[in-house]
Amino acid sequence: MGVLSLAIWTPIAFGALLLMFSGDKYAGLSRWLALVGSLAGLVATFPLMAGFVPGTADMQFVEKVSWIDTFHIFYHVGVDGISFWFVPLTAFITVIVVIASWQSITSRVNQYMSAFLILSGIMIGVFCALDGMLFYVFFEGTLIPMYLIIGVWGGPRKIYAAFKFFLYTLLGSLLMLIAMLYLYNEAGGSFDIAAWHAVPLSAHAQTMLFFAFVAAFSVKIPMWPVHTWLPDVHVEAPTGGSAVLAAIMLKLGAYGFLRFSLPIAPDASREWAWLMITLSLIAVIYVGLVAMVQKDMKKLVAYSSVAHMGFVTLGFFIFNDLGVSGGIAQMIAHGFVSAAMFLSIGVLYDRLHTRDIADYGGVVNTMPNFAAFALLFFMANCGLPGTAGFVGEWMVILAAVKSNFWIGMAAATALIWGAAYSLWMFKRVYLGAPGNANVRAMLDIGRREFLVLALLAVAILAMGLYPKPVTDVTDASVAQLLKHVAMSKLN
Amino acid sequence: MIDNISWLAIYPEVVLLVMACVIALVDLAVNSPRRTATYLLTMLTLAVVAVLQGVYASSGNTFYGFGNMIVSDAMGNWLKCFAAVALMVTLVYGRPYAGDRDMLRGGELFTLSMFSLLGMFIMIGGNNFLVIYLGLELLTLSSYALVALRRDDPVATEAAMKYFVLGAMASGFLLYGLSMLYGATGSLDIGEVFKAVNAGQIRHQVLVFGLVFIVAGLAFKMGAVPFHMWVPDVYEGAPTVITLLIAGAPKLAAFAIVMRLLVDGLLPLAIDWQQMLAVLAIGSILVGNLAAIAQTNLKRMLAYSTISQMGFVLLGLMSGVVNGNVDAATVQAAYSASMFYVVTYVLTTLATFGVIMLLARSGFESDKITDMAGLNQRSPLFAGILAVCLFSMAGVPPLVGFYAKLSVLQALVASGETPYIVLAVFAVMMSLIGAFYYLRVVKVMYFDAPVQTAPIQAPLDVRVVLTLNGALLFVLGLLPGGLMALCSGAILRSLAS
Repeated sequence: MGVLSLAIWTPIAFGALLLMFSGDKYAGLSRWLALVGSLAGLVATFPLMAGFVPGTADMQFVEKVSWIDTFHIFYHVGVDGISFWFVPLTAFITVIVVIASWQSITSRVNQYMSAFLILSGIMIGVFCALDGMLFYVFFEGTLIPMYLIIGVWGGPRKIYAAFKFFLYTLLGSLLMLIAMLYLYNEAGGSFDIAAWHAVPLSAHAQTMLFFAFVAAFSVKIPMWPVHTWLPDVHVEAPTGGSAVLAAIMLKLGAYGFLRFSLPIAPDASREWAWLMITLSLIAVIYVGLVAMVQKDMKKLVAYSSVAHMGFVTLGFFIFNDLGVSGGIAQMIAHGFVSAAMFLSIGVLYDRLHTRDIADYGGVVNTMPNFAAFALLFFMANCGLPGTAGFVGEWMVILAAVKSNFWIGMAAATALIWGAAYSLWMFKRVYLGAPGNANVRAMLDIGRREFLVLALLAVAILAMGLYPKPVTDVTDASVAQLLKHVAMSKLN
Repeated sequence: MIDNISWLAIYPEVVLLVMACVIALVDLAVNSPRRTATYLLTMLTLAVVAVLQGVYASSGNTFYGFGNMIVSDAMGNWLKCFAAVALMVTLVYGRPYAGDRDMLRGGELFTLSMFSLLGMFIMIGGNNFLVIYLGLELLTLSSYALVALRRDDPVATEAAMKYFVLGAMASGFLLYGLSMLYGATGSLDIGEVFKAVNAGQIRHQVLVFGLVFIVAGLAFKMGAVPFHMWVPDVYEGAPTVITLLIAGAPKLAAFAIVMRLLVDGLLPLAIDWQQMLAVLAIGSILVGNLAAIAQTNLKRMLAYSTISQMGFVLLGLMSGVVNGNVDAATVQAAYSASMFYVVTYVLTTLATFGVIMLLARSGFESDKITDMAGLNQRSPLFAGILAVCLFSMAGVPPLVGFYAKLSVLQALVASGETPYIVLAVFAVMMSLIGAFYYLRVVKVMYFDAPVQTAPIQAPLDVRVVLTLNGALLFVLGLLPGGLMALCSGAILRSLAS
């Protein structure tokens, strides 16, 4: 078994093991087993980090085994500069989520933890899959655990949210399935993604394929106007579910653009770039404004996620290496920051069981340590230099200005909106005198919460101060991708 | 003079027939209410028959017996093997259920189900219009009696009446169509009919006239729209074990006769019957998925789901020939996709009804969707199995139902024809609607609090087989390649001869 397979299947194996321990009497055991499993999953990614060679666009750690002979489907995995960082990121967030859910989940602990571990393995699989069908199976495989996480451990309207999540994302992916089958036949009976990159396609076919992939990925990211499921789902999902959803699952869609849409339909991508850029700008500006007026903390962060992901797609469709690298950096940064934001909300929710901004106020008085962390996360969320949030946004804005001043200008205003909704919410929740008796009674974070937030804070600062490891890894692959996209595939 | 090879072709059928008669006699001496001796003997017989068919199937040889009236080929033998196994599993799941409802007395359940299996074998192995018809009648007559097995239950009796009247009419259709073809071609032998039609000397109208009736008859047996009316009523009305007897193995036989009649016999008319199958498939997928949403009874919902699943099987069957061009690779891909679909469908159906019967007790049918409430809290294992079945039927990867849908969609898209691709898009859009009602059951199982709190009582054998069944579904979801290759190879060998 190769290094990548180990990273994919270790958490899944622990997840399957956890399913054996049903019942309340195993709750404690389940937690520890989940922690061991998630740590093992993280450790399994260490050989990757040690062995990855930057500066080449080749796939690394490749494994290829025949899987379904009849359709020439292979278990074919590997990582390049584009996908590499998402593997440890996913494993890291899973550890965080397991620790963060330690006390807040009390019913069916083993199933909850198992769902997260299995989800972690599946999502790593999405980033590593080099076979189209393998990608699709992993991509769709995320639906079942997430559906259960939302539906079982979610809030009051969890049923609605779970169905909306499942059906919305399934709708998009089904069109992608047809597109994949079409490509399979065009490529002479191959699901190999590299073969799809090379196959020449007519302008019409490229347009159809492009929009089929957009249907799948734009829902997942989500882009405006198909973003409406995200706030509903975030509000109802348990804290851990929100964190994983925002930190990793949204990235699956953005990653899909880089792996499928751009290289498979380069001509259509260039032709329709204006549309994608427009939608991204709407997400950045309009959704940023929408975030400002939210009363619910989770909804606010959900809308801010949509706005941040707008930067990612904007960077991709500018077609220069700064933009694409910036998009990837933004994805990783948003992974840390959004997880931190949702977990901070979780800390508050665990204490007062409300997410309304109006129910808080002056939290800094009773929870000074927590407020310090929160301030850092809020700053990262609005892209303060020195935090992870700055790197990607700055690169994308720079790239946008290079290609068209007005696009860059429009994107740059997002920093203002971001600062506005982040800081305003911070002011209303944390600053001032304690808002009410409940807030006055709040206890500051314990050691476990401190550990979770500290880990994320370190990650956010590290990436903000020294983003070189990220850009070094992505450079070669991004250059290769853009070279490929610049060439016409018309036949 | 009957040669040895003829006997060889029907050994399993002979074993089955003899043992069915023996078991009917033996049962007279059995007095225990659970009918353990009869049950064990039946299982033994079925196991022997399944192994025999498996041996025949894995040899892959095709040979004809009784003057070409019977054919033994890889496709048929695998289907027979699966049908025998499906019946065994059905009886394992169904025995406690039937015992609770006093349906084991007299042992008819075992004998009749063995006769129905014999009917399926004859249908699958028939290479002659009349032989196929005889097999079909043996199967359906046994099924009518099985549905009516609970004489004192008005709902079951009503279902049996409906099934009988509509079934008899469909048999009439089929027979009428076959007689038209006999009149036109002068032969009942499928091979001869194929040659006669292929020669192109016969008036097209006559053939198509007969074809319409044949397709209508087949559509009824498969439960395709607009010949689906009996399906929900019978599924709901029949005792669950009988529902499974009808919903499981016979679908394999229905697939086989469609292959025999339409592909082996009437492939030259493919352009004509493809259009009919397309209409049936669209109707089935549409009506099946939409009507299933409105159901509160789980068995009735599964009936509509079956209708839509059969639509997918028909989609695969209609995509084998593109614009009248018979291309060996396309034909093989399309028909093996349908076969894979039907086999995995049966496997999923078995586990689904297995769980329903597991939850039923005497006086409580457990056939409402709400009866599944909180199943996850009562038994995570069985909730998990049912969830695997439901997600599989919805076609969500990585479960086996996804690969079945994938193969059928691939067969459609591979044609490269726009109408076929539009059909594929239609099919996936409808399966999105399908996902909704499957998810709703999962929701009830996982998100709702339990209403029934009685502990789940089931004998060990049911638990073990059900767990294995669920595990098999799961493993097939991760590694579907073997079964796909098996179906593909079977179709290849059968069509080559």
